[in-house]
Amino acid sequence: MNFDFTDDQKMLKETAASFLHEHAPLAHCRAILESDESYSARLWKQIAELGWQATAIPEEYGAAGFGRLELAMLAEEVGRALAPIPFVSSVYLATEALLLAGSDAQKKRWLPKLASGDAIGAFALAERPGQNGYTGVTAALDGGSLSGVKVPVVDGDIADFVVVAAVAGDGPTLALVELPSPGATVTRLESFDPSRSMARIEFSGVPAEPLGAVGQGRALAGRLLDRAAVLLAFEQVGAATRALEITKQYTLERFAFGRPIGSFQAVKHCLADRWCDIEIGRSNCYYGAWALEHDAPELGAAACLSRIGASEALDRMATDMIQLHGGVGFTWEFDCHLFYRRAKLLSTMLGTTASWKHKLVERVSAVEEAA
Amino acid sequence: MDFNDTPEEAAFRKEVRAWLEQNTEPKNPDEATDESSDSVTEDDVKVAKAWQKKKADAGWACMRWPKEFGGRGATSIQQVIWNQEEGKRKTPSDIFGITHGMCGPTVMTHGTDEQRKQWIPGMLTGENVWCQLFSEPAAGSDLAGLRMTAVRDGDDWVVNGQKIWTTGAQIADWGILVVRSDPNVPKHKGLTYFVINMHAPGVEVRPIHQINGGRAFNEVFFTDVRIPDAHRLDDVGNGWRVALTTLMNERASIGGGGGGAAMKDLIELAKRIEIDGRRAIDDSAVKERLADFMVRARGLRYTGLRSLTALSHGKTPGPEASMGKLVGAVLGQDMAEFGVELQGMAGGAYDPTSSEDGGAWQARFLGFPGLRIAGGTDEVLRNIIAERVLGLPPEIRVDKTVPFKDIPTGA
Ligand SMILES: Cc1cc2nc3c(=O)[nH]c(=O)nc-3n(C[C@H](O)[C@H](O)[C@H](O)COP(=O)(O)OP(=O)(O)OC[C@H]3O[C@@H](n4cnc5c(N)ncnc54)[C@H](O)[C@@H]3O)c2cc1C
Repeated sequence: MNFDFTDDQKMLKETAASFLHEHAPLAHCRAILESDESYSARLWKQIAELGWQATAIPEEYGAAGFGRLELAMLAEEVGRALAPIPFVSSVYLATEALLLAGSDAQKKRWLPKLASGDAIGAFALAERPGQNGYTGVTAALDGGSLSGVKVPVVDGDIADFVVVAAVAGDGPTLALVELPSPGATVTRLESFDPSRSMARIEFSGVPAEPLGAVGQGRALAGRLLDRAAVLLAFEQVGAATRALEITKQYTLERFAFGRPIGSFQAVKHCLADRWCDIEIGRSNCYYGAWALEHDAPELGAAACLSRIGASEALDRMATDMIQLHGGVGFTWEFDCHLFYRRAKLLSTMLGTTASWKHKLVERVSAVEEAA
Repeated sequence: MDFNDTPEEAAFRKEVRAWLEQNTEPKNPDEATDESSDSVTEDDVKVAKAWQKKKADAGWACMRWPKEFGGRGATSIQQVIWNQEEGKRKTPSDIFGITHGMCGPTVMTHGTDEQRKQWIPGMLTGENVWCQLFSEPAAGSDLAGLRMTAVRDGDDWVVNGQKIWTTGAQIADWGILVVRSDPNVPKHKGLTYFVINMHAPGVEVRPIHQINGGRAFNEVFFTDVRIPDAHRLDDVGNGWRVALTTLMNERASIGGGGGGAAMKDLIELAKRIEIDGRRAIDDSAVKERLADFMVRARGLRYTGLRSLTALSHGKTPGPEASMGKLVGAVLGQDMAEFGVELQGMAGGAYDPTSSEDGGAWQARFLGFPGLRIAGGTDEVLRNIIAERVLGLPPEIRVDKTVPFKDIPTGA
């Protein structure tokens, strides 16, 4: 039994941390948030030079050929930095979708570009408020032509291609669509977290090809979301850890009633609870990483555990971060809202925590019934 | 990162299994787990002692203790493998948790060679059960505020006063005892630590009736009880340091409970119960509660595996271990409460003939409040995490430097 990352993997994480410390301080996230930029093209290019986007792509497509464990280590650091880049969309979703279901030709066409950071991919599932999965999808794939509206598509305005959840004559089917394309109208949307962008994409008879087997879209999307959920959970744990550190430091420096506010028991106990949440989340993430790396049958449940644990840890930490900062926590100038915004974007973008809780119980009880 | 046994671990597991298969019966997997084992009978004690002896004779007792003390110097992972395998078999209830988890390590760390020779073997072979005489009516969380006195008299000490909440005192042969030997110095400095013979004249044990009906803990009264100075652990006035060793071992050994086995039972229960004509487990609100429990239970399990890995790489356990007890006890209580609630209007019945799982949920519901208090309350554990893990300032202390006799007290 060995339930830890290797020294090499940890070293990779440390290197990533010091790179981001230098090149992506929170001020960089804020700069993107306050600008008209959709993302930090500069940072995206820099990490491409370090090969981050290529981490889990096999060598035959000109990439690093590491694994998901290495990617998880990077994800945690990307999360810590609140990096304003389309890492979730392009790396955990679009790249994973191609690896999971792409034909040889599709992989050859896109993976090298994804690996080098020259292409950005996105995943388009949602069509309306309240949706948390494939149910509700109406985008229609009909003989190589796609019609429908996807909203919101995270990073949709900067994507070179989108993996679209659609319905074909033979049932749910994923479609691959290159952008820009005649008939595809991309409109940028205001984002809850403007350090990350999103778009509405309208497809009117846009040329599209199936990604993976026709009729298998729902199952494929489910597996894709599981994989992305594990990796994204590492980002969430990274962000939550950073928020805890910043908040702790603040409570040591801020004095009230003649003592640091961090000496008040209500404050101490709040932070102790948040620390426990984060450790529970982190441990579940480790399990998720194990299941992902081994493509284990437990991945379905492990993804839910990672996702729920990490989403709750970050959502609660970001909420308490503002509370424990007092009035300044509610100001634009303090960084608390960067975490608060990012937390909610991340905990909804792959489906809400409640939807993952439903999935977890359905999966666990189905396994037991089968056994 | 993998869960598989290494070749050495697999070989060890095989050896453990072989021995257990020869010496025990398998557990019935359908039987709901009973975590409420309480008032132990004399027969229970006999059976538990015999099982301990059997393990000791075969070299499986207190495996992690060094060979010189009769253990086998096993690794933490080997201990876990043993626990996993033993958990699958029908074995007597464990009455040696305090003896082996706290008393043994304390005697090993602070005892003289002679003291170790005198007491360790009896713990190992199950001949003696020990108890922990720390808490007093006026000193629980604030353990260093204890009042029971010890006065030197020739080669003996004479102790007077009262301990309370002493688990297992009614079956114990020996106890670890902290008392005040000097009230004129600040509270932490005036304490001395002894081993006491529970059968000595002047020791009186009175069972306490718990909210769950059990009588597993006691009041213990001491009237002019003589303890030989040779039974003192470490120096006079050094009792606090020794007590910290015990407490550190206590937090490492009290798990949270509530996790694995009960989780399985709760899912099964949610499949059997019907809400408005369909299985409870198909109800969204039920799913959300169950998922929340699962995330905490699994999170604790994997945290355990992370620390086990760290231990096997030579790290020592730190204050982080407090999380297991804090999160686990709250989780256990939450799950118990939900297990009762799932039974709807029948939740208030607590009768093996009509309650689900023979009343196990009601039993847990009545038992878990104790776990949130024993071995450091939730609040004390949060203080420990905040101060020792996160580095936040300690509590403001009005009593730390004052002579003990001048510290203000309540009624
Ligand atoms: C089932 C059970 C078994 C036990 N077994 C043993 C045993 O074998 N041996 C033994 O010596 N003792 C034993 N105990 C005693 C146990 O260690 C104490 O009950 C516990 O430490 C709490 O002390 P107290 O009961 O005096 O409560 P108090 O310390 O009076 O606490 C009352 C409340 O005040 C809170 N509080 C106290 N101090 C603080 C603080 N600084 N900050 C915030 N909140 C605070 C507590 O959290 C609690 O909610 C057992 C208790 C139980 C319930």
